[in-house]
Amino acid sequence: MIRFILLQNRQGKTRLAKYYVPLEESEKHKVEYEVHRLVVNRDPKFTNFVEFRTHKVIYRRYAGLFFSMCVDITDNELAYLECIHLFVEILDHFFSNVCELDLVFNFHKVYLILDEFILAGELQETSKKAIIERMGELEKQE
Amino acid sequence: MADLIINPFSSGTRLRDMIRSIRACKTAAEERAVVRKECAAIRAAISENDHDYRHRNLAKLMFIHMLGYPTHFGQMECLKAIASAGFPEKRIGYLGLMLLLDERQEVLMLVTNSLKQDLNHSNQYIVGIALCALGNICSAEMARDLAPEVERLLQSRDPNIRKKAALCSVRIIKKVPDLAENFMSPAAVLLKEKHHGALISGVQLCTELCKVSEEALDYLRKKCTEGVVKVLKDVVNSPYQPEYDIAGITDPFLHIRLLRLLRVLGQGDADASDYMNDILAQVATKTETNKNAGNAILYECVETIMSIEDNSGLRVLAINILGRFLSNRDNNIRYVALNMLMRAIAVDAQAVQRHRATILECVKDTDASIRKRALELVYLLVNDSNVKSLTKELIDYLEVSDQDFKGDLSAKICSIVEKFSLEKIWYIDQMLKVLSEAGNFVKDDVWHALIVVISNASDLHGYTVRSLYRAFQTSGEQESLVRVTVWCIGEYGEMLVNNMGMLNKEEPITVTESDAVDVLETAMRRHTSDITTRAMTLIALLKLSSRFPSCSQRVNDIIVEHKGNFVLELQQRSIEFNKIIERHQNIRSTLLESMPVLDETTYNGRKAGSLATTVQASTGSSISLPNGDVKPTAVPLVDLLDLSSDDTPAPSSSGVDPLQDLLGVDLTSTPSVSGLEGSSKAPVDSLLDLLSIGTPSVQNDSSKLDILSASNRSTQSANSLDMLSSLSSSLATPVSAPASSAPMMDLLDGLSPIVPKTDTVTFTPPGLSETNGSVYPSITAFKSSSLKMEFSFSKQPGNPQTTLIHATFSNMSSNNYTNFIFQAAVPKFVQLHLDPASSNSLPANGKGSITQNFKVTNTQQGQKNLAMRVRIAYKVNNQDMLEQGQINNFPPGL
Repeated sequence: MIRFILLQNRQGKTRLAKYYVPLEESEKHKVEYEVHRLVVNRDPKFTNFVEFRTHKVIYRRYAGLFFSMCVDITDNELAYLECIHLFVEILDHFFSNVCELDLVFNFHKVYLILDEFILAGELQETSKKAIIERMGELEKQE
Repeated sequence: MADLIINPFSSGTRLRDMIRSIRACKTAAEERAVVRKECAAIRAAISENDHDYRHRNLAKLMFIHMLGYPTHFGQMECLKAIASAGFPEKRIGYLGLMLLLDERQEVLMLVTNSLKQDLNHSNQYIVGIALCALGNICSAEMARDLAPEVERLLQSRDPNIRKKAALCSVRIIKKVPDLAENFMSPAAVLLKEKHHGALISGVQLCTELCKVSEEALDYLRKKCTEGVVKVLKDVVNSPYQPEYDIAGITDPFLHIRLLRLLRVLGQGDADASDYMNDILAQVATKTETNKNAGNAILYECVETIMSIEDNSGLRVLAINILGRFLSNRDNNIRYVALNMLMRAIAVDAQAVQRHRATILECVKDTDASIRKRALELVYLLVNDSNVKSLTKELIDYLEVSDQDFKGDLSAKICSIVEKFSLEKIWYIDQMLKVLSEAGNFVKDDVWHALIVVISNASDLHGYTVRSLYRAFQTSGEQESLVRVTVWCIGEYGEMLVNNMGMLNKEEPITVTESDAVDVLETAMRRHTSDITTRAMTLIALLKLSSRFPSCSQRVNDIIVEHKGNFVLELQQRSIEFNKIIERHQNIRSTLLESMPVLDETTYNGRKAGSLATTVQASTGSSISLPNGDVKPTAVPLVDLLDLSSDDTPAPSSSGVDPLQDLLGVDLTSTPSVSGLEGSSKAPVDSLLDLLSIGTPSVQNDSSKLDILSASNRSTQSANSLDMLSSLSSSLATPVSAPASSAPMMDLLDGLSPIVPKTDTVTFTPPGLSETNGSVYPSITAFKSSSLKMEFSFSKQPGNPQTTLIHATFSNMSSNNYTNFIFQAAVPKFVQLHLDPASSNSLPANGKGSITQNFKVTNTQQGQKNLAMRVRIAYKVNNQDMLEQGQINNFPPGL
């Protein structure tokens, strides 16, 4: 299962942090700091996987943003790599050509999209179209 | 959304404006100021119970929370938003709930009721957000309370609700596995879903059910294996579906989840495994592999093939896929291949061995993730037939590897070499190479073990010391290499100089006595040498002073230099050793004989045991010398042997590394008197004792006995007793035979801290030994600004375990105390009996005192010291006072 998802820029500012396991606030900050340090300086040719404490972090870099997922050690790394990409495509579609600022100003929407994509640390929906449509319906409810 | 509506009457800013102003801050202080202002406004709005801006305030709070500021004051606001009627409020409330709270907060219990109502709401979207929140933060209690609602929602008409309910159930059964049986049959139904989202969630629920409940596994295996195989077949063969297509494959995520469920169902069940063979073969052969998605499926498929019951054809297929992965140019693919090959070893080690060369290459990869995996894998691949070549490869790589990888790599090499030590010479050679390359990275136990092996390989002493001498010339900066070299030169220095015990393959070298001393001098003067190395070097120098008489003066000069060393340990050694060289010529050669062979089995046993029993110096006593039974003349000896205990500790129970003890490098604790009895017995022993200065007394004693008994196992107790009596003859009549004890005292001259104790014990007439008289000093057991408690001790003859304690309380304050009560608690191994106190009121300014007697019986006397927790309650001007403390300063041996 996914233990947490982080979206960080190169400077280490966290743009989105979703935890599916309970952690203390201070621990969360430590985790965010450590994950950023782990991924930020890796050579692009290197694997997208880094071992992190007793788990592993699957990360992918899009422009200046790092999408990192911490998953169980037995999970399928390649699948989560694909999963990150699908999430980015959904964001891209939703914000039409997403950039970091979209995520900053609409952080609450990013959380809502994520909640339609992943639930309880597991994948909930694999269709980009379904998620975008669902978001549309939810916006109408507001 | 409400936060975007501009309200001219609002004093608060919009969310967007707040984010802007925070982003515009140049410094952290500015940012804090803006946040503080916003937080103040939000708090004010909360206290005014402002409904209109609750929505916006919560959104702002979430942003502030993300920046890392405390937002706990908004938690109740979330609950209120959830309890309100509209969808937008509920939605932001649940979002806030998930961000600002987690399952451990008590506040969360308050939300259970709202959740229950929302799960039963007629609006499907509200049900959806409630399920989402529950799935992300539910605690075990909530899981129990809300499981029936979730279970019902699994059958909802809306697939969006069904999928959320399924994942919610995953969380619920993780929290409360007992609930699994309720979800078994609805989960099985979900496997027939056509909606991908609901199906994938259902598959995940089934997988989790199988993990938490044996019963569910049986049920699903019987009922669903066929169904899952069919679903996978359909997905694999499905025509192009743009909605789910990734790189030409329809829904790879679903593929992967299905394969994972099959793995759980097939594991340990031949029939189920058999049933899925065909589809696995199809996935393994037909999947497109030029994109990541396809490889992800293959990877999952291989794992399933490896885990289900044996089908050799499929396994060959799987290993071949891994072989292809391993030669892939994409690092990610190589990483997962290495990962999977580790699991494949258990299944087919032979097949994995075929890829050994490629795997070895991966150890040298630039990417640390790959290196680490590959190294783990190589470690598993080592066997008797390839150990030599693999070790060579790894050691060669050690030379060029990154600094930060050397630690891991050398640890693995050492572990391989130790595990497969074919012959001693090979072991020694390999270890020397590792120490020369990465001596700064290896752990202490590695070189400790090496010294034990060297000590046991008597035919290789000469070869080893010469190899070390050569290695030292090129790799003198590697700390642990220096230590081993120093030790070996100290022990076998003469073999270095006269080429004794030459092996055929060796080239002779010419080393003079002064060259050997050069090495030690270098080790002593290197600024990187630490205390341990220097302490070892001093011993080696001392030993050389007797082996190489021509260098004796030079050695002495080096030693003398350190007489003023700031490190007490080194200073002490220098002073002692200087004395030995200058004043004890006649006994020096016997005193400085070679170390007795270190017992390998004991060492290995210790090494294994030391993990479990680190400080328990003595848990049982095999040599029992209760004071009452021993002849009066022997009594002081018992004390000598073991100041802190009356029973001699059992040799086998100490968890201390014997080598560490021998070298005396544990620079932590106070010295002990243990040097005495050895020095009178045999020179070798005295050396051991000399070397062991500074180890904690209890550990020291036991280890020493152990060394003695290692050479004399069968007559262990007899021997020890012997030793005692031989010592007693010289000690029992100290006045009449001063000559015999004088040199011994001299020897100990340098050990200044212990001299007083030695004096006391040696010259105390036997009749006045500790057990018979009250030699235990009084202590101030407890002292605060207002109260002092003093203990004095006495023993009853014939009952050594029991101590009578006489406590005296005095009042240091200017107020009288009344209702004075003293209470004490002791550890389990101690029994306590309190007598009534002399009074319950205590006059001020120490003008009077309360006394109280009590009796403690230490059932583990000698092994554990007394300890006591005390509580003293009294009244001052009718106010209750309470003082508590722990007493740990009991004299040892009580």
